[in-house]
Order: sequence, then structure tokens, then C-alpha cells
Amino acid sequence: MLHLLAQSFLENALMPFQYDYMLKAIFTSGLIGLVCACLSCFIILKGWSLMGDALAHSIVPGVSLAYLAGAPFALGAFIAGITASATMGYLKAHSKIREDAIIGIVFTTFFAAGILLNTLFPSPMKLNSIVLGNILGIATGDILQMLVISAATLLILLFKWRDILLVSFDPSHARALGMNVKFYNMLLLTLLAATAIAALQTVGACLVVALLVTPGATAYLLTDRFKNMLLIASVMGALTSIVGAYASYFLNGSTGGCIVVLQTAVFLLALFFAPKHGIIAGRLLAQATTAAFHQQQRALRPSPPPTERP
Amino acid sequence: MSDESCPLSLLVHDVTVAYNNGHVALHDASFQLQAATICALVGINGSGKSTLFKAIMGFIQPTHGFVHISGRPVKVAHKRNWVAYVPQSEDVDWTFPVSVWDVVMMGRYGYMNFMRIPRAIDKQTVAASLERVKMLDFKDRQIGELSGGQKKRVFLARALAQMGRIILLDEPFTGVDVKSETAIVDLLRELRDEGKIILVSTHNLGSVPDFCDQVVILNRTILAFGPTDSTFNEQTLSLAFGGALRHLKLDHVEPDSPQRNRVTVLTDDEGALVVGRDGRVHKPGPGEGRAD
Repeated sequence: MLHLLAQSFLENALMPFQYDYMLKAIFTSGLIGLVCACLSCFIILKGWSLMGDALAHSIVPGVSLAYLAGAPFALGAFIAGITASATMGYLKAHSKIREDAIIGIVFTTFFAAGILLNTLFPSPMKLNSIVLGNILGIATGDILQMLVISAATLLILLFKWRDILLVSFDPSHARALGMNVKFYNMLLLTLLAATAIAALQTVGACLVVALLVTPGATAYLLTDRFKNMLLIASVMGALTSIVGAYASYFLNGSTGGCIVVLQTAVFLLALFFAPKHGIIAGRLLAQATTAAFHQQQRALRPSPPPTERP
Repeated sequence: MSDESCPLSLLVHDVTVAYNNGHVALHDASFQLQAATICALVGINGSGKSTLFKAIMGFIQPTHGFVHISGRPVKVAHKRNWVAYVPQSEDVDWTFPVSVWDVVMMGRYGYMNFMRIPRAIDKQTVAASLERVKMLDFKDRQIGELSGGQKKRVFLARALAQMGRIILLDEPFTGVDVKSETAIVDLLRELRDEGKIILVSTHNLGSVPDFCDQVVILNRTILAFGPTDSTFNEQTLSLAFGGALRHLKLDHVEPDSPQRNRVTVLTDDEGALVVGRDGRVHKPGPGEGRAD
């Protein structure tokens, strides 16, 4: 009896792997989760989280325009994303409007244009799958695109992470060494745009930013070394994406939703229980130092003279 | 090609910097420094101190004139790791996940290969630099876990590891305790004696005659430049600071001499608290206070 139960459980658990589309989905989700997680470490340290979100939304009109022009959708999306960030940069430099307002205006404009274009000129890529992702229906050609983007991003980060880190941490020093700070900022922005596009089909434009922020933020709470932060974020990003995609088969729910909810759950664990930077650890430390301080004060104070009783 | 073949000098020639918004931050600035000197840049906020720094660092291109280091453009000097920069504490993100060791290692990037993988010599230099500022024991600390003085020393160690010939320090004594200040000044003197040019931007007027050999006094142009002894005085400072300087004249009688000495206290943005002999707070009289 028990033997039979175990067997049926195992069969059930392995069920998703019997389907080609599930295997593809799990593999692509894991890879995208990994690449996004690596980038997220730089993005949260640079304070580019909002930018990442804006960029991910801004690529939507590019998909429709690429379809109309007969170009690969990644190319259109990339051009749209870079145009949006260039617009934001220009407005920031040439108007007195604050950056958050500029980001808000530019990305919603691009996003609205994308929705409008997609409804006016229906393309094979449905609006729903652009905005919310559709990893289960990913075409082999798109997987190839995604593989190229991911491999290039990972290679560049592998060779240049120290330089990008220095430029983020201390641009003045980088310039004093003769490094081209603008070039590295553009490089990071390009990687960000390309990765957002690759992630578009996994989780959709609305949730891309979660993959580009949450793993880095989680790892930041768990370590004080950048190298470890990269490692923790990568493992967390890849694992949550794989498990999320796998779980979505049983829940019969959105893959993107599963992945992001899972990442948030891990983030919350770190937020409260991180050994040094967690909220609970902070409380305990404050209490312990207060107690130690009082004890020290008591030790320094001369003991009160014995009170004489009549 | 070797550093010894070209004597070290810093030449600021007729530099004018105008920003895109039409503001002229600095004009007609000229001065020249030779090897082995500590020079202070003194002026109020907005006097062009940081603009001059940026021009020497090559961050901004002067709209007129030029900056040369050992007769070469700044860009060339940067490629050779000649210019080291110690940033103002406020300009550093202290929550960044980097250790003391990581920061000092950043000084070696200019000597490393494409992937910036440290070699044995880089590690030795970093260790020696940390040892010199007495911070080797703290090498694994995250940079935010240090005191103000320790933070400064770490960035000084980075400049040492870079083996720069010109070291620029932006407000090195802000947030630094007196003991660290003394240690930093001693180190700067040593570096000067090794033949480096040290340029210090500061509004801490009191420390200038203590350790600076030369001084550049700025107010959107160079008002005075020369040896501290002859250049750093009430007259030039009043020119530079005008109404921004608090001016306090004190009567002071030496116990064993009947002669009265007048001592003048000049301070920048922080007013000095003066307490009289009876322990009560001294209030500036009509002729004192702001120097206009």
C-alpha cells in the first residue's frame, strides 16, 4: 500500500518532465532567473531599480514595431528600451523636473504606445503574453535568442564585474585611473535592456523588475562581500525560477506569478531572519548592547554603602 | 617613460571653466607646483575649489587654458596611475558590500590585466599600504564598520597602493578625530618627503599653517598663491572669505609682561565659542563679529 502511494507520488512529481514544453519552460526560467539575479546585484547598488522597471515597460512598443517592420522582436524591443532611457537621460539633464517624475512619464508613455500599437496591429505575440509572460508557449527561435543574450551577459559580467563594481562604487577613482565611466554605465544599461527582453517571455514586462531586484536585495541582506552577494543572488534567482516554473504546473497558475511570489517569500525570510542585517538580529543586538552597557555602568558605580537600620 | 626620467610638476595654466548653464566657476587660474610639497586649496563653498580639483582630475575640460602634469596632459598622467584621489567622506556609499581590502585593491586596478585579477605583487602592495596606515588588522571589515578616521586612512592606503605621484585630498579632516588627524598629517609629510605633490582642499583654516608648505587662495580665480608663511594671512583670507569669515579680536595679557597683545581669531563657517575669565560666554563687541 505504502509502496504504491510512494510510486504514484513519484510519478506525479516527475509528471512535468514528461512534457517537452515544461522542460523548456523550466530550463529557460532557470537561466533567465540566473542572469537577472547577477544583474540585480549591480542594479540595487547603483539605485537603478526604478530604471529597470521603466526599461522593462518601455520595450513593449518595440515588439509591435518590430513585427510591422518584419524585424526580430528582440531588436525592436532593444531599440525601444534604449530610446526610452536616452529620453529619460535627456529630460533629466535638460529640464527641472525630478527624476522619478520623468521616469513615470516616459515609461508610461512608451507602455501605453505599446498597448495601443498591439491592439491596432495585432501581432502573433499577444499583448497578454508580452505583459504577463507566456513561458509555456515559448518558440524555439525565441529560446535561441534568449540563450545568446544570456550567454553574452554572463560572459561580460564574468570578465568585467570588477570594473563595473568600481565604477558603481567610486566613479571618481575610476576616472582617475583613466577608465571610461560613461562606457561602463552604457554597458550596464545595455545588459539591463537585453536581459529585460530575454525575461519578457518568462514573467512579462510587468514582473521583470522583480527578477532584476529581489535576488540582489535578498543577497545584500545576507552578506557584506560583493562576490558572495553575486553567488547568493545567482543561486537564489536560478532556484526560485526553476521551482516556480515547476510548481506552476501543479497550481495551473501563471509561471511568472509563481516565480515572483517565491522570490518574495525568500526575500521576506532574509529580511526578518538574516543573521546580521535582519530585522530580528538588529533588535536582538540593540537589546544585548543596552544590557551590556547597563552592566558596565553598574560595575563602574561604587557599591552603595550598607544602610544602617536602627 | 620611467617616472624618474621626468621631474614631477603640476602646471595649471590660465584655466577657465564655464558650465553649460553659463556659470563661470573659475577663471584665469594659474599656478605651478614642483615635487615634494603639500599645498592647500582654500576658499569658501562655490569658490571653485572643487572645479579646480575636477580640472586636475580631468573630469571636466577647461573651456580655456590647460592642466599639465610633468609636462603631459592629464589623460596621459591618469593612464600611468600618477594621480590618486582621496574622496570626501560624504561622497562615499559606506553601505556598499566591499571590505577594507577590496577598497585598497581598487588602487591597483590600473596595474592589473583585463580581468583585474590581483597578482602577488598587488597583494603585497595592498598589505604594505594597509600596514603603513595601521589598518591591516581591519582588512576584512566592511567599510561602513569603521570610525571616521579609519575610513580616511583606508582611502589613503588606496592612494598609497596606487603609488600615485600626485595625491588629491578632498576635505581630509571632516569627521576625523584629533588623533587620526595627527596620524594623517604625519603620513602626508612622509609622502611629501618622498617627493610627491599633495594637494589638499580644505576649509579647516586652523590646520593649514600646521602642515601645508604652500597655499592657493581661491575665489572663482586665484587670489593668492605662495608659501604659507608669506601668503596665508589675515589680508588674503579676508579677500577670499569676505563676510563669510567670523572675525574675533581678543585682548590678551601675558602674565609676566605688562604689554597687551591683540590676538585675532578667524574662523570659517563654524563660530568659535569664546569664554571669558569669569567663565561666562564672551559676546563680540561692536567692532567685532563679521568682517565685512
